[in-house]
Amino acid sequence: MQRFILGKKNLIALIGGVLIVIGFTGEWGFKNEEIAMWAFALASIAGVAPIAIQAYQALKVKVVSIDVLVTIAVGGAFLISNLEESAIVTFLFLFGAFLEQRTLNKTRSAIKELIEMAPESALKQMENGEFEEVEVDEVDVGDILLVKTGAKIPVDGTVLTGEGHVDEASITGESLPVSKRKDSGVYAGTILENGTIQIIADRVGEDTTFGKIIELVEEAQDSKSEAERFINKFSKYYTPAVLVLAFIVWLFSRNIELAITILVLGCPGALVIGVPVSNVAGIGNGARHGVLLKGSEVIQDFSKVDTIVFDKTGTLTVGSPKVAEKEMYGNNADEVLGYLSSVEKESDHPLAKAVIDYIGDAKTYTVEKTDVVKGGGIVAYVDGHRVAVGNVALMDQENVRLNEKARADIVRFEENGNSLVLTAVDGELKVLMGIRDQIRPGVKEDLKRLKKLGVKNLVVLSGDNQGTVDLVARALGLTEAHGHMLPENKAAYIEDLIAKGQIVAFVGDGVNDSPSIALAQIGIAMGSGTDVAIETSDVVLMNSDFSRLPHALGLTKATANNMRQNIIIAVGVVWFLLASVFFSKWMNMSIGMFVHEGSILVVILNGMRLLRYKLRR
Amino acid sequence: MKKAIIQLEPLTCPSCVQKIEGATKSLDGVEKESVNVLFNSSKAKFDFDDEKISIEEIVKAITALGYDVKKTQVKDK
Repeated sequence: MQRFILGKKNLIALIGGVLIVIGFTGEWGFKNEEIAMWAFALASIAGVAPIAIQAYQALKVKVVSIDVLVTIAVGGAFLISNLEESAIVTFLFLFGAFLEQRTLNKTRSAIKELIEMAPESALKQMENGEFEEVEVDEVDVGDILLVKTGAKIPVDGTVLTGEGHVDEASITGESLPVSKRKDSGVYAGTILENGTIQIIADRVGEDTTFGKIIELVEEAQDSKSEAERFINKFSKYYTPAVLVLAFIVWLFSRNIELAITILVLGCPGALVIGVPVSNVAGIGNGARHGVLLKGSEVIQDFSKVDTIVFDKTGTLTVGSPKVAEKEMYGNNADEVLGYLSSVEKESDHPLAKAVIDYIGDAKTYTVEKTDVVKGGGIVAYVDGHRVAVGNVALMDQENVRLNEKARADIVRFEENGNSLVLTAVDGELKVLMGIRDQIRPGVKEDLKRLKKLGVKNLVVLSGDNQGTVDLVARALGLTEAHGHMLPENKAAYIEDLIAKGQIVAFVGDGVNDSPSIALAQIGIAMGSGTDVAIETSDVVLMNSDFSRLPHALGLTKATANNMRQNIIIAVGVVWFLLASVFFSKWMNMSIGMFVHEGSILVVILNGMRLLRYKLRR
Repeated sequence: MKKAIIQLEPLTCPSCVQKIEGATKSLDGVEKESVNVLFNSSKAKFDFDDEKISIEEIVKAITALGYDVKKTQVKDK
């Protein structure tokens, strides 16, 4: 019976609404008080039934809920034969709950989308060797699974046989499909674009990377900040306090009407729902844009950040060096470049790769008697010439004379932060190349956006030498740059900043810098969804995408603001209602309930704005 | 000891959380400290002793409050 009534709440609201209309038509249209009375009475009784049941259940577990306040208020109105009001109040309460449910579902939609990406079934190899479709929960570690084109990979696993391309956007954010063959690792929740593979399950269910991401987001949207815990505690005492207040008012004034009006006006509806709504919408927006925020505490902290520290130059640079500057000496350039590229093809040094990429198509010569000089470069014979490729030390060793211009060029190249590759043919300098790391495209604009959002200090701590670090810092307008830093130096530096009272966010890749990530008030992992990054940090930027950082900061600021607005709306409404019941004539129970339900919808709709949040360019 | 995750119908009022939490905690065999009801994801998570109480009984206690249970997951701890 109880369940039946609760299940039909929406229908009851509708019936109540119809009865109220009948009541008013009877009263005003036909001047028939009797019809009106019966209609309002029926509406009140039907409407209060589900509310009273909820109130009873709450009291059973020692909770004074809003339902309790409303039930008493409606009962009181009934007693003093104010049937019109009791009917309207129950209707508004039920109809409000219906609207709240609809809108709340919208604010939760972003996270629901994420959860719905989870795989549901798998083709598992049974004892007879056949593959059968089973629920994903029935897959255990070590099971062999078949994945066909277009299907979701059900678990984290390793490819046994077959080949194909997998769309891993759900894990890494990378939109290009990744090729998989025997021994490749695959992730749950990713989609096999073409081909057919058999995999062995390594991790299943919540242990998969995708499972962890979902769990993290779910926990995050329900985690509570200091302020929220306060409100929860507050509302635990608040509702009983309203009850007591109403009772005292009745005791002194003997005015039931006034007492029950206070019960309705004191309902804390918007107050308890305002903050969780902002929270879920903000975290949902992040999840959609590749930013995982671990809870509302993190949102509060991050929104106040004034110092952002980057763990290495590699976060800001591309990480693959390129030839940035070049000087040629003497003639026959094409021939020399051919020699150079042929020699460099013998080497696996990272600078050699940059040189080959830069020269591109050149004539290839046979290289003989290759000799790798440790800490210097390569010496080899090409086309009968002795070719030396390497640094200045190697040139000295080879007795290559450097003229005035070459020496000036070398100084200039070094000042620009280049590593040098010199090429000499038969003891004569022919080519000087300056190779350096490139700033990641867009990083400069992203840093500007961070500054605009109120970040005062942008710091890079790097293991590279000071020259390289300074160069990056100057190019990007960082406030501070320190080279030669080991992980423990970085941690000490962070501690120092915190001691100075700054609110520090540390951006790292989450593996070797986990001490700093843990130390900083906000640890930000630029991970492609690796376990360590997900676990140790407060914020995860999926797919190491730097451009998500300004979005993340802007979003936390918007979310923190949104929470504040909702608290102000909720508290303001309660004060306004209580003040008007004491100081004005027009306030009554129905208007009070109407304003209340209205304020709840306003805070939910306000929270919903966060779903569409985008950083203004 | 078992660990249970119960997916409920979408919760819409924060006092529902208090009710479900209270009801679950009052059951003998459910580890009081472990009970966590998540409002936004509408889930109840808790540890319980399967020698003292079965998961069906716990689910029954929650549905008796008027909340639909969508999915139940029990794992060894």
